[in-house]
Amino acid sequence: MAKTLGQEFTKGLWAEVPPYRLVLGLCPTLAMTTGVDNGLGMGLAVTFVLICSNMLISLLRKVIPKDVRIACFIIVIATFVIVVELMMQAYAYALFEQMGIFIPLIVVNCILLGRAEAFASKNGVVASCADGLGMGIGFTISLVILASIREVLGNGTFYKIPLFGPTFEPFAFMVTAPGAFVCLGLMLCVMNLLGKK
Amino acid sequence: MRDMLKLFLSVVVFSAVSGGLLGGLKGATQERIEYQQLVNVKGPAIREILEGASNDPLTDRFKIKDGEVERNFFMGVFDGKPNTVVVESSGKGYGGNIGVVVALNLESDQIVGVSLTTHSETPGLGARAKTDPSFVRQFKGLPVKEPPKVKAEGGKVDAISGATTTSRGVCGAVGEALEIYGRLKGEIVQKAKTIKKA
Repeated sequence: MAKTLGQEFTKGLWAEVPPYRLVLGLCPTLAMTTGVDNGLGMGLAVTFVLICSNMLISLLRKVIPKDVRIACFIIVIATFVIVVELMMQAYAYALFEQMGIFIPLIVVNCILLGRAEAFASKNGVVASCADGLGMGIGFTISLVILASIREVLGNGTFYKIPLFGPTFEPFAFMVTAPGAFVCLGLMLCVMNLLGKK
Repeated sequence: MRDMLKLFLSVVVFSAVSGGLLGGLKGATQERIEYQQLVNVKGPAIREILEGASNDPLTDRFKIKDGEVERNFFMGVFDGKPNTVVVESSGKGYGGNIGVVVALNLESDQIVGVSLTTHSETPGLGARAKTDPSFVRQFKGLPVKEPPKVKAEGGKVDAISGATTTSRGVCGAVGEALEIYGRLKGEIVQKAKTIKKA
């Protein structure tokens, strides 16, 4: 059942959107959504790594021996993650400091290894690129939505811009770790309701 | 056996190519990253210990060759005289290197202030060396002649409870800064004369 390129791209946006449908990559989804800037930065970093690693793994899929493919995938992914880390340190230092440990942790993000194993190692370069782009954008949008809810309610700001007057009492629970779980749970619930026809 | 070798070689080649590329990229971005750390991490620390200086210590910086390495120095101008120099150094802490900046008075040969820059100490324990100002305040006014030590080693510095290794690391780093200062003081004084007395 061959899908068109467009379908490979759009499945990541809705039908298989990583955090809500595949329920993958939850660690950054929970930890990096305290603010829209964090969520966006994380999403873009993952998108970049996902596209690059998908393309390279797809290119090398005939060269990589089957028995050590996971090790090779991890090396490819780790390489791109360090590229992101160095570039972020050089050009977006504030974001780098905020995201801290979660940048190197992209290496063990299940979305990356999952897409490498399930898609890129079996499909062509262009399809893998479309898959990576779709999944990456889907992940970024998911993070931004969750971060918006948490930041607006928990901090009264959106992208650090105050929305309400000084009388607004922030619902601080939303930006704490338990708040992240509750928010994510509600999002999953909404996604399931919408998907049910 | 041949299969094993093939598997082994492919992982080795992958790692080697990746390592080589990243090495190159690290070299290419190093200068830019150093600048970012200067502005974002060291900058505030240096301004803090040189509080009240009439110039911008980050602009009035110079490098002196110390054997193989080049070291950064920052000058602070007080009462119209460039008499305070900031020396960078590092010591071994609990979670890796602890970077410090030490401000020293060129006339009285005393420590003016100490501040931590980059570190990876345990939050809540060792990291208090940076967040709790009462620890680094102890170094203020100490003479440059003797390297500071924690009380357990016969020195004067009260270690942070639960973070002796960190406290020792900071003392070691300050000691190293004093050593650098002692070694290069002549050149620092020469350079200080070229600083505009803003």
